[in-house]
Amino acid sequence: MRMPTQRHQFAASSRVLHWTMAAMILTMLCIGVAMVASLANYHVLVSIHRPLGIAILILVVVRFVNRQLHPLPPFPATMSRAERLAATASEYTMYGLMFVLPLVGWGMLSAARYPIVLYGSIHLPYILPHNVMLYAVLRKAHTILAYLFFLTIIAHFGAILFHTLIVRDGIIKRMAPWNIRAQETATIDSSTAGSPARGSPESTP
Amino acid sequence: MANDLTAPAEADRPRLGKASTLARFALIGFALAAVAGTFAYFGGWLTPNELTPARLTDAFEQVDGVHSGFRRNHAKGVGVSGFFESNGQGVRLSKAIVFQSGRVPVVGRFSLAGGEPYAADRPDTVRGLGLQFSLPDGELWRTAMINLPVFPVRTPEAFYERLIASKPVPETGKPDPAEMKAFLERHPETVQAIKVIKGHAVSSGFDNSTFHSLNAFRFVNSAGGAIPVRWLVMPEQPFEAAKDASAPLDKNYLFDALIAQIHRRPLRWRLIVIIGQPGDPTNDATIPWPEGRERVDVGTLTLDQVEAKENSAATDINFDPLVLPAGIAPSNDPLLSARSAVYSQSFTRRAGETKQPSAITPADVRKGE
Repeated sequence: MRMPTQRHQFAASSRVLHWTMAAMILTMLCIGVAMVASLANYHVLVSIHRPLGIAILILVVVRFVNRQLHPLPPFPATMSRAERLAATASEYTMYGLMFVLPLVGWGMLSAARYPIVLYGSIHLPYILPHNVMLYAVLRKAHTILAYLFFLTIIAHFGAILFHTLIVRDGIIKRMAPWNIRAQETATIDSSTAGSPARGSPESTP
Repeated sequence: MANDLTAPAEADRPRLGKASTLARFALIGFALAAVAGTFAYFGGWLTPNELTPARLTDAFEQVDGVHSGFRRNHAKGVGVSGFFESNGQGVRLSKAIVFQSGRVPVVGRFSLAGGEPYAADRPDTVRGLGLQFSLPDGELWRTAMINLPVFPVRTPEAFYERLIASKPVPETGKPDPAEMKAFLERHPETVQAIKVIKGHAVSSGFDNSTFHSLNAFRFVNSAGGAIPVRWLVMPEQPFEAAKDASAPLDKNYLFDALIAQIHRRPLRWRLIVIIGQPGDPTNDATIPWPEGRERVDVGTLTLDQVEAKENSAATDINFDPLVLPAGIAPSNDPLLSARSAVYSQSFTRRAGETKQPSAITPADVRKGE
């Protein structure tokens, strides 16, 4: 059976999406906590936060479609069953949050009837009725989900560092922004490498 | 089979020494702490003494108490609605479509400054008018104005200091005069602003009050030209001096009069845009712009409906002064972003609270019909 090329790495499009969104999401989380604590920069930060959130919402849809189109590289053999489960769970969590956080943001602004301005006079329609109690609940959820997202990212980052520096299985090469030849990722688990793409997602956001 | 293939690779890697392993764990710890620390820095957790929207909102609650479901400032008010009829004169100044000839619906709210929703109306209490213009393309323009010609403070920090200095002390039930004196010594701009404010006669009611934008903004026209502006709404109702503050006054006399007037006939204001010249301060709301600046009358505001808090559309609106359509932009006034941030904080707090009846009830509003 012919192996797809770059099977040991995520597809180039997946890697571009991963790193672009990683930068956007970290920026977004920092802007989020900074704007609610800032008097002087509140307005500037809010004006970035809203369109950036919508950009993330669009990109996560692109990313989800992209993921269906490209076979995923297998987990390294060095990952235990428990680690694979944890990685899969955190990946599902991050996919979910990438989608839900902007939607909750859009929804809460709709319920409060704040305009959701993207640029100039371009703004989004409201997706929920004007209801301040609903706003209050969604506003709280937005914060809690954002902290959850940050913690998941920290866990993901810690796991990657652990595998890269302690286990030294070259796991980071799977998501390296540059192309790496197959022989450099020697520890790939060949028992899954030849099988069709698994139903469960990979250990990356 | 997996083990067969991976074994040589693992054998290739030299075992890590104890020191090396520790160093690598330390590196991981450092990297994670750096990310968490950056996040904490942006969240303001490393600078707990910095003035934040939450602390400023807390100050209102310390001075006036927490009144469930009410705005933390300008707590007492009634909702109004009507329309703005633009005369087209503003088109050359701003591309905002609210200035094209025609009519847009307006929802508004008259209020009194302070976080006490049941405070008695006083002639010298600062009066507020919040407006929301709903533009045909779905854009919104909100403005929160007051009847003072200038604002008493220049920065959010000074606002906070003044608010704390105005907190009544338990012994006398009044603010400590020494505190306010010390504040004024630190803030000569406030002393100057108060002189300007005292030089303006206060009118008898909401209907004949002039309401000022206070902060400067920028108007951007379709050619991309930007000019500094302030605006005000000037009543068509004739001026009448305010009642003597020492006279016996009804608890809701200002609101009762407003309700009766609106039931009699629609109330009107001219929206006047004042165009700043180079050198006119846009970042200092305590300083009036010189007399003789060009004033453009851009249209008429008509308010013909009044509603109590319980049934007004204005109740659930945050009159955030930075909800602006394309064509109106913020100036460099530090109060603008701060107002937006604190209004948002106040709105979020009251949104989730149980709503209490307001001082002006729906029955009060119906009385004059």
